[in-house]
Order: sequence, then C-alpha cells, then structure tokens
Amino acid sequence: MIEVRGLTKRYGRVTAIDGLSFDVLPGRVTGFLGPNGSGKSTTMRLVVGLDIPTSGSVAVAGRPYRELARPLTEVGALLDAGALHPGRRARDHLRWLAVTNGISRRRADEVLALVGLESAARRRASTLSLGMRQRLGIAVALLGNPGVLLFDEPINGLDPEGIVWVRRLMRSLAAEGRTVFVSSHLMSEMALTADHLVVVGRGKLVADAALTDFVEQASLRASRVVTPEPERLASALDGAGATVSAGPDGLLEVTGLTTARIGELALAASVVLHELTPVRASLEEAYMELTADSVEYRVADPAAGARS
Amino acid sequence: MTTAVPSRSGDGSAWSPASGDGSAWSSTRAFGASISAEWLKVTTVRSSYITLVVSLAAMVGVSAIVCASNVSSFDKLGLLERTVFKLTFDPAFSGVSGVFLAQLGVGVLGVLTMTSEYSSGMIRTSLAAVPRRLHLLMAKAIVYLVIALVVGLVGSFCSFLVGQSILSGAGLSTSLSAPGVPRVVIGGGLYLAVLGLLGVGLGAMIRRTAGAVAALFGLLLVLPAIAAALPSPWGPDVSRYLPNEAGSALLHLTDRTDVLAPWSGFAVFAAYAVVAMVLGSTLLLRRDA
Repeated sequence: MIEVRGLTKRYGRVTAIDGLSFDVLPGRVTGFLGPNGSGKSTTMRLVVGLDIPTSGSVAVAGRPYRELARPLTEVGALLDAGALHPGRRARDHLRWLAVTNGISRRRADEVLALVGLESAARRRASTLSLGMRQRLGIAVALLGNPGVLLFDEPINGLDPEGIVWVRRLMRSLAAEGRTVFVSSHLMSEMALTADHLVVVGRGKLVADAALTDFVEQASLRASRVVTPEPERLASALDGAGATVSAGPDGLLEVTGLTTARIGELALAASVVLHELTPVRASLEEAYMELTADSVEYRVADPAAGARS
Repeated sequence: MTTAVPSRSGDGSAWSPASGDGSAWSSTRAFGASISAEWLKVTTVRSSYITLVVSLAAMVGVSAIVCASNVSSFDKLGLLERTVFKLTFDPAFSGVSGVFLAQLGVGVLGVLTMTSEYSSGMIRTSLAAVPRRLHLLMAKAIVYLVIALVVGLVGSFCSFLVGQSILSGAGLSTSLSAPGVPRVVIGGGLYLAVLGLLGVGLGAMIRRTAGAVAALFGLLLVLPAIAAALPSPWGPDVSRYLPNEAGSALLHLTDRTDVLAPWSGFAVFAAYAVVAMVLGSTLLLRRDA
C-alpha cells in the first residue's frame, strides 16, 4: 500500500506536484495517468525517497521509504531503465543490488530468468537494446520479491510481445496480492492493464476512480438522435436542460440526458425518432476531456496560426 | 513468461513477503552490505582496472625518468659541483616523484565513483537500494580509499626500487633502511589515498564529471601556479598550505624551509579531503537525487 498525503513538490518557482492525496491499494493494478510533465515521475521519485517533498508525506508499507531497513524487499521500482553503468554486465548489476539488501545472489539469476534475460546475463549494459534494459529494470524491481511495485512507463521501448508480457506480469503481480502502481501517458495502455486509475494534470489530482467508473465520472455520455424534425426536438430537449448540437440530415448529438428521457420528451412533443443511440465516450476521450486544461506542452492549432 | 494470466480482479489481500524481517538487519550490517556492494561496483567495471593500471605505470615511469635525468645532469658536473649536488639531492623524493602524475588518474577515478552515478542516472537505483545516503557515500569513500592506498603503496614501492636502481649507477641512491626513507615510500601511498578521498568528496559536491575534474585539477595544478606568481612574502606562505604542496611534505627526505613538516603537511592535505567529504555529505543529504 502506498499512502500519499497532501504531497507538494516545488523546484524553485515551478510547482511539479500540488497537494496530491491518494492511496494505492494492494491486489490491483493502479494506473497512474497524466500528460507529459504532469508530475508522474516526480511523484514516483518522492515515493522512493529520492526527492524530498516541499510539504506533505508519502508512506510505503506503512513508513516513509527512507526508514525501511531493507527497502528492496518491500518496494521494487522501475524508474529509469537507462540508469545503468554502460560497462557493467547485467548479472553484476543485479548482484551488487542484491548485496545492498542482503538478498541472496542466486536471486539475481532467478529474476534474470523471470524476465527472459538469461542469455544476456553476461552482456555489458551498453550492448543491451532498449527493450532488454527495460526488462533488466523490471528484474531489479522484482529482485527483493517486494509487496509494493512501482513502474514508471514500463512499456517504453518494448516490442509488441514484450508489451503483452508486461501487461500479464502486472496483472499476475496484483493477483498475488501485491500493490502495483504503473505510470503511463497512454490511456489505451491503461485501459488494458489497470483496475483503478489515478489521473493527474499539472501536478493536481484529476481523478481517482475504478476504471469502470472513470468514463461516467468524466460525464461524457452522449446520445445520437436522428429525426425528420430536428428543430422541434432540439427546442424540446433544450427546454429540459440538455446540450444539443445539430448535424446534417436531422442528426442531433445530445448530452446531459439519458436516452430514456430523450425518448419520453420526443413522445411528449410528438416528434418521430428514426434513431436513438447511446454513445459511450471512449476512455481516450474521457482522458482527453479530463486533462484538457492541464496539458503543459500543447501544440498550437496550425489552422489558427495560418489565419493570423 | 510462464506465469498464468490471472483473473482481472485481485482478491485485495495484502501481500506478505516470505522472509521480510527487517529487525534482524542492523544498521551496522546494512553498512557492511553497502561496502561489499560498492566493492562489487568498482570491480565489475573494466575502466577501473584500466585507470589504475595506467596510473601505476605512469607513476613508475615518471619516477624512472626523473631519476634518469638527475643522473644525466649529475654526470655532466665537475667534482666540486657534484659534492654540492649530493648535498641537496633527495633520492627518495626523486624515486617517488611519479605520484604527481599518478595523482591525476587516481583523483579522476575518485571523482568518477560519484559522478558516473549521476551521469548514468544510476544514483537513483543506488539510493533506492541504500536510502541511508551517508551509508552510500561512506561505503564509496572507504572502498576507494583502500583501493587508492593499495595502488599507491604498490606504485610507490615499485617506483622507489626502479628509481634507486637507476640512481645507484651514479652513486646517488639511498635504501629503504635509511632514516626517513620508509616514511617517504609509505607517504607515496598515503598521498594517493587522501587524493582519492578528495576526488570522491569533490564528486559528491559537484556531481558532474567535468566540473569536479576541473575543480580537482584547479586545486592541484592551477592554484600552485597562481600562488607561485604572488609577490615574495605571500607566495611561499600560501604555497605550502595548498593541497599538493602540503601533501608532498611527506615525500621529502631532507628538511626544507619551503614546505611544512612532513606529518603536519600531511594533516593539512588530509583536512582538504575531509572538508570535501563533509561538504559532499551535507549536499548529498539535502539535495534531490
């Protein structure tokens, strides 16, 4: 379990994290989602005590990370897969880490096998591909067989087979009752892996919800209505508090009302309906909507640029 | 990957590690483990060996060249001048003078023990494994101090023997049993050990290789040049307290007025390394990794 309480981190005048509070519970995969620069990596670094919070606190396994006697046996983290000495062999990298926490050196070979890197055990880090480094980073996280696991963008650089493997690994770790906290800027990836989502934007908490509740919370449910009398229906729906936008050929897009209510209002107004379809926003749309105000680096609208 | 694909919802039960008893893991044991790990880090990278072997070879080589050039200038002198030369010549210092080249390699490797962790980002892995930051820095310092001391002693001893065999042709040599000579030969090792520690401290303070190496070379090479340019009463007074001048007091066999007494000079030199380590520790504890 990871407990984040009122966590704030400022670097000079830049506020990276602004009063974040949430829990990451065991037994499920919690996705940590946000645009680039929204504070995900900063939060991860604060969790493992690398950065010192400006205010607030984080506890892992009940205590601040720095107070853990053998931290690798309680928390495993993949923060930056490239963080290797280029001249050191993969197995040696795991061995020195094992030694720091009194983990048997045999375990280094075990985790190498677990991530499918046995054949690369004697290769120097500089000769490993990005995907292999990512696997080695995951091996480091698993080294102490910890109950809490953090992965910062674990699928970066992985091939499709590797991505599927990581998804299965996350799910199986959570099923064993471990706490699994995975960051990503890709909603589509989280949709496939996570049970629960913590969404941040500009260092602030945007959502903390089960994956299934996430779309509803984003209140993006809409309905597609087709009618020969769009003007009459639109005014009737408008009067009931809906937001209506008209398309071609009598198409209306309606938000703010359920399909059942739209049907009732159409009947009351004696308008014929040719189509009434609920449109569920995709997770991607829900995510875009939620974080729309909090994207730090947005590409300027090219059309707007051309006009000026 | 052989793990079965689990169902989508975990049962929510807390994970309990098989053997996660932190209470048996004392701070002393943790520190010992950090030292072993740092030893593994140094010995599993080829560049460590290359740098140390090159430093060792440079030390012996330069000492041999200095001794040979002394012999050749001695050979050109007349009888009376030879007597004067012998009065002021320091065969032990010439024999270990290669430390002044070896110090660059040993110092840079000391810097790299810290800065290479920052440049690769590995410092985050290291601090995640060893969150007690002083443990990490002290383990590095101890491991590297011992390595620099051993390399320094071996280099100093070899340089001395090679140097004396060259000097003996002109009758200028001394021996290990002569008064003060063991202090000079051991001093060569101590000098490099302290220099290695100074490098580690500067690396911890500055974090970037280029900056830390520049600071090290500034202390060792640039400051003495500036001090030498100072007007008469100040120049020598400042010079003798500079790191390499103070440290090399241990390497002079004869009493000299322009350097501190051997052990007080060494103490001043060691103080530089200690100050660098204290500043490095303070900054390591305060800064984000």
